[in-house]
Amino acid sequence: MQQIVDLLSWAFILLGAFFLITGAIGLIRMPDVYTRMHAASVIDTTGAGFLVLGLMLQAGLTLVTVKLLFILLIFYFTSPVVSHALAQAALAADVEPMLAEDRRSRGPAPPADTAKTSELP
Amino acid sequence: MRAISLAITILVFWLILSGHYTPFLVAIGVISVLAVVALSIRMGVLDAEGHPVHLLPAAVTYVPWLLWEILKSAWSVSKAILSPRLPISPTMTVVTASQRTNAGLATYANSITLTPGTITVGVRGNEFTVHALVREGADDVESGGMDQRVRQFEGGA
Amino acid sequence: MFIAATIAVLAALTLTVSRAILGPTVFDRVLAGNSVGTLAILLLAVVGFLTGRPEWLDIALTYALLNIIGTLAVLKFFRYGDLAYDDEDGA
Repeated sequence: MQQIVDLLSWAFILLGAFFLITGAIGLIRMPDVYTRMHAASVIDTTGAGFLVLGLMLQAGLTLVTVKLLFILLIFYFTSPVVSHALAQAALAADVEPMLAEDRRSRGPAPPADTAKTSELP
Repeated sequence: MRAISLAITILVFWLILSGHYTPFLVAIGVISVLAVVALSIRMGVLDAEGHPVHLLPAAVTYVPWLLWEILKSAWSVSKAILSPRLPISPTMTVVTASQRTNAGLATYANSITLTPGTITVGVRGNEFTVHALVREGADDVESGGMDQRVRQFEGGA
Repeated sequence: MFIAATIAVLAALTLTVSRAILGPTVFDRVLAGNSVGTLAILLLAVVGFLTGRPEWLDIALTYALLNIIGTLAVLKFFRYGDLAYDDEDGA
């Protein structure tokens, strides 16, 4: 039993490490601020999430796990706020996004209940 | 009512983080909790927005769904980052949110931003400007699956 | 195995710091700075496990709370040039 938990936790830690490095590579490779933000959000949500989950499994049912959970909660509540503030500030400072397609001018998409395709599982 | 639930929440928070349970430290904790609750009542932030405890039951089903969405889109963003051709097609779009409460709108905007591949850039009333890394991400947001989920989340409580 | 995780965090940290140095706009640097903060928190947690001293997690928690405030303050400063700016007119 202990071995299964150990194995699972190492798998989570490795997965988290993979996403961390992927996000950091994305931060380097992406062409402009807005696309880089997507890479940074991979670090903040999935990378940190899996890494902390792995550490939580290592710690077992202790105070340490609760503290790790709080760290994760802080990440998940603050990271979108920072991303949004950053994107808004960049847009306000006239940093033009590189766009393949701009759908802003054609007006808002119809609300959900009139849309034909629904992605609900 | 809300004051009591806030007091219990932050008292538990204090007890967990402190880890020392001598009478003196617990007394200090209780005093700080009372001070914080009194301050929040005085500041007028103790309402459905400041302490949305009524959304807790609905969060039980919403949060796992959101985490699964995050995982899926993180995987597709990772594939885009690691693929040598860098297959991105950044798209800006405008969507209308159908939530009634401010807490619901904030949840929807933050959920969009939290999913890698889409970011809420601007909010005006209930119209969100969304930046997506690939065209399909913008299509996904426009199709309104998440919008419907968040509406259930705020209405089901 | 904790060493592997530490090395991964350090590698990601190197990449994000180089993005912060490369720029080119101030927003790239703020974004990279925020990611550096996130990675520093994770580094604190992992090294805490590596050395068997989970007290480091308290520091990580504090740092997580300071990270967002720092980033928002820097953003506000570069937008208005003043940390005490009050957005009363909805500008």
